[in-house]
Amino acid sequence: MTYTQQRPPMAESSDELRARIPGWGADLNPRHRPAVPMERLDPHPYGAVWDFPERQPEKWPRERSNEHAFLTPVFGTSCPPHGAAGAIRKLAYRRYSEGRAAHWLLLMAADRIDAKASTLRTFASRRPANPITETGIIAELKYHGLRSRRGQQRADLVHQPLDLLIVGGPWIAAAFGAYRLVRRIRPARARR
Amino acid sequence: MRAMVYRGPYRIRVEDKRRPVIEHPNDAIVKVTRAAICGSDLHLYHGMMPDTRVGMTFGHEFIGVVDEVGPSVRTLQPGDRVMVPFNIFCGTCYFCARGLYANCHNVNPNATAVGGIYGYSHTCGGYDGGQAEYVRVPFADVGPELIPDWMDDEDAVLLTDAVATGYFGAQLGDIVEGDVVVVFGAGPVGLSAAASAWLMGAGRVIVIDHLDYRLAKARSFAHAETYNFTEHADIVVLMKKLTDHLGADVAIDAVGAEADGNLLQHITSAKLKLQGGSPIALNWAIDSVRKGGTVSVMGAYGPMFSAVKFGDAMNKGLTLRMNQCPVKRQWPRLFEHVRNGYLKPRELVTHRIPLEHIAEGYHLFSAKLDGCIKPLIVPSAA
Repeated sequence: MTYTQQRPPMAESSDELRARIPGWGADLNPRHRPAVPMERLDPHPYGAVWDFPERQPEKWPRERSNEHAFLTPVFGTSCPPHGAAGAIRKLAYRRYSEGRAAHWLLLMAADRIDAKASTLRTFASRRPANPITETGIIAELKYHGLRSRRGQQRADLVHQPLDLLIVGGPWIAAAFGAYRLVRRIRPARARR
Repeated sequence: MRAMVYRGPYRIRVEDKRRPVIEHPNDAIVKVTRAAICGSDLHLYHGMMPDTRVGMTFGHEFIGVVDEVGPSVRTLQPGDRVMVPFNIFCGTCYFCARGLYANCHNVNPNATAVGGIYGYSHTCGGYDGGQAEYVRVPFADVGPELIPDWMDDEDAVLLTDAVATGYFGAQLGDIVEGDVVVVFGAGPVGLSAAASAWLMGAGRVIVIDHLDYRLAKARSFAHAETYNFTEHADIVVLMKKLTDHLGADVAIDAVGAEADGNLLQHITSAKLKLQGGSPIALNWAIDSVRKGGTVSVMGAYGPMFSAVKFGDAMNKGLTLRMNQCPVKRQWPRLFEHVRNGYLKPRELVTHRIPLEHIAEGYHLFSAKLDGCIKPLIVPSAA
């Protein structure tokens, strides 16, 4: 009873649990738990033989958090910053620490600009953006979209239609904008 | 090589991409044989993680065969079959020397608040990931491990993150014999945490989710007692009733940034990106656990602020424990558990998707279609 000093009794004894659950209690002793204690000094674990790793060559000015003393010796080289999004990213890293909301909000803004600009760029390429294949929406047919939802008490069914708006909205708006543009240009030509 | 490439929120495609090269003397290039889509990849896919750049290849759960090694690599050679922890870590910085491999200070120039993770935005270092035919693996002498001959590939790929993270989450709960453990989220991490809680002597394991098929898996895979939160007016009150009004001893948040259960929280975070994550599961964990209890957070959240009920946590005298899992530290013991049949990672796999169809795999997993729990990705050359 919780309102007294007694702890509520266990529904099953340890022996019953040991018999029912394979491996029950194998790590009962904390010494068998690999994350205990959280900090455990091992200065050169596994195959690490260095005290400070050799530096990876910096092939372009690599953006870094201003909370770091210097560029870390190893870093990822995927997608160097470029264009307007790249300029915003560099500004976010140079000016604002990770503790400032401005740092993250600028990075998020750069992400959106990056996505829109790269989508536009694909229309000048041999492989233009394709919202059908890129969203994988075809999986709705292949993997029983209707059956997976019908009759289910799923909390996500309330907001899933918003995804359609988030993904499809810009395409519909762009198509409508293009249509209006064509309509405006055509009569002007006809008048000439 | 063929690789998954991010194109913007909710959009990915497979492209021809330059094969990765050795960029540091301790790099290896690994030919990927199996990768997985992680629940936290969906945060990237949905555009929630700052500095996720168009052109990046995701994927932090993968195994493969060593194709090439840098001049200073001593422990691996081409042809070795390896599993690669999702953490990139140097092994000798202040944090690595103390076993905190997920918090390495030498691999992520973009942030000091998180270590390096394969294919997980520039906020986590700007490394391409393993949902591709080849991947660059830094610190090849430190991170990768040879896959034991007896281990199945699908067990191995699940051990690179999901199962190790669940096992780590149960450890952070500091479970003692007879503890009541409640796990929020019946995805691969939550299911692994629930199964691991028994190994640590839990007396009762409860799993909460809103997807009936996942709760069925929690009963079969993790022998857990399950509740669908959509069937109860208030899940916190239910937890109190189930525990004689004491509350659970340990609560584990295995949901993270896109939690459902409160529409306002979900929309302001997952859709409008005004929060680092939707902390519904975390708030339920705080309110469901008993005073003086422990909350273990395994769910991933973005670096922005989130509306966490910190006052309740303080007033209840809770211990909040959390971290990205230092995967390699878990492996020796986890290998024993897998070999003894106490944990069966590959039972979590529900779908195997060719790399060329990965966009459908992401939608399948994101929309929770077809009973999806864990989709694996199979590169065409594997």
